[in-house]
Amino acid sequence: MIEIRIHGRGGQGAVTTGQIMAIAAFYDNKQSQTFPMFGVERSGAPVQAFARISDEKINIRSQIYNPDIVIVLDASLLETVDVTSGLKEKGTLIINTNKKPSDLNINRNFNIRTVDATSIALKIFGRPIVNTPMLGAFSKITKEISLNSLTKAIDETFLKTKGKKIAELNKKAITAVYNQTK
Amino acid sequence: MKKVIEASTAVALGVKLCEPGVIPMYPITPQTHIVERLADYINDGLLSSEMIHVESEHSAISAALGAEAMGVRTFTATASQGLALMHEILFVVAGMRLPVVMAVANRALSAPINIWNDHQDSISERDSGWIQLYVESAQEALDTIIQAYKIAENRKVLLPVMVCLDGFTLSHVYEPVDILKQEDVNKFLPQYNPLFKLDPKKPITMGPIGFPNTYMEFRKQTHDTMLDSINIIKDVNNQFKESFNRSYGNGLIETYKIEDANYAIAAMGTACSTTRVVVDELRKQGKKVGLIKIKSFRPFPKQEIISCCKNIKGIAVIDRNISLGNEGALYTELRSAFYNQNKKPIIKGFIAGLGGRDITPDHIKTAFKKIENSSDTEWLL
Repeated sequence: MIEIRIHGRGGQGAVTTGQIMAIAAFYDNKQSQTFPMFGVERSGAPVQAFARISDEKINIRSQIYNPDIVIVLDASLLETVDVTSGLKEKGTLIINTNKKPSDLNINRNFNIRTVDATSIALKIFGRPIVNTPMLGAFSKITKEISLNSLTKAIDETFLKTKGKKIAELNKKAITAVYNQTK
Repeated sequence: MKKVIEASTAVALGVKLCEPGVIPMYPITPQTHIVERLADYINDGLLSSEMIHVESEHSAISAALGAEAMGVRTFTATASQGLALMHEILFVVAGMRLPVVMAVANRALSAPINIWNDHQDSISERDSGWIQLYVESAQEALDTIIQAYKIAENRKVLLPVMVCLDGFTLSHVYEPVDILKQEDVNKFLPQYNPLFKLDPKKPITMGPIGFPNTYMEFRKQTHDTMLDSINIIKDVNNQFKESFNRSYGNGLIETYKIEDANYAIAAMGTACSTTRVVVDELRKQGKKVGLIKIKSFRPFPKQEIISCCKNIKGIAVIDRNISLGNEGALYTELRSAFYNQNKKPIIKGFIAGLGGRDITPDHIKTAFKKIENSSDTEWLL
């Protein structure tokens, strides 16, 4: 089982990131679970969401304290939130930023990966929507979920509620980030 | 069909499959997603229930009472202060023998104000005459809603049922859920055919005064029915298994690795899921420990619990509630159940997970270690 923590700001869609991740993992024939940091959401305030992906049924229902992977949707959080808190030794830290990992001054034994999802989102959506695009980076780096399942999960989440156009843009953005991620 | 959905959506889908005629609703965290989904289904023409948007929880349960008295299947949902506000009418619904089904997304009671999970809200309604079933997964939530109507509407029962799911800790979790087919649910749960109903063409009085010469008989009747419902709950669980190939223990309790265990952890709701993980871990260390999940808190399945504890030396009881000035409610009930037994296990009470405090595997492990020692209530902070 791998445990994932997603950091974002209220309104950025960290909870949706977890949902689409869990749906995609299930399409990949894995078991999954996702939940938000329980509480009162305020726009712009730091928020967290959590996910678990496993080959076996997931029973544990406590919160996640020692994630294997941390995703940061907004690099400005690095200044105020300890995004590496509890991250396992050699754990993966995926950050949305135009900086290189070596420029972030996180001098710990983590697998730090950066991707400039904001620039890609601005080109595709015309707005800095990064919560779904970052899943492209997650898929490429961790191989825990496939790109194909991600696009299916996008359809399941957005087709009915937001329409075909939004779903297609999200898929385009995820694929672009996937391709750009090394 | 299996899909990753929120547990609140699973509850709403369970309700949709039972097609209640009337759904009075009033929002309160962390229950709101349930009635929001139901409002969506009604708006989208997927559910033909009449939605009554009331001004308080007292009105929500009163409207449910009225609709159910008219012979209509009814649903509502609430939590915490909302359930407390319903308190007065809960007893009336049960006393009038109206089979209302209600979901409770368990949340702490004020003060201090707290929107997070514990079981204080529904435990405080223990004596209201409602059957109380506690679930630990989104799947169990969906399945139990359907079972709840079949239990409640059974003419040997005719009592309301509360389906209790941990607020946030379960209500806001997305996980894979098998969504039952409407035609299969229709076969399992027949249309509601009330024994009595309010009808201008055939007037009757419901809920009149009970003088001292009859009131106690009514109370005893309701109590006896509650005890008899133990068998109906078991039956419904068995029928559900036949229809859908899924069941939850015997419907009242569910055990895990208890057969050869010397020690047991007893809990309700999502703490049971985490306990399963701890049981597996302790078993690897050679500890003979198992889980007793109490699904039905009312009626309290004394005999079923005693029967599964024949070789148990000690039970650690995890209570997500506290009867201030005494102890956790499940601890009280369990000790009382064993009082007349010749062979009694050591039973220790642990208060945990109040007001959204996370119950971790370490808490459960600590509780396990302590059942081998003394026997006072302790707090897991």
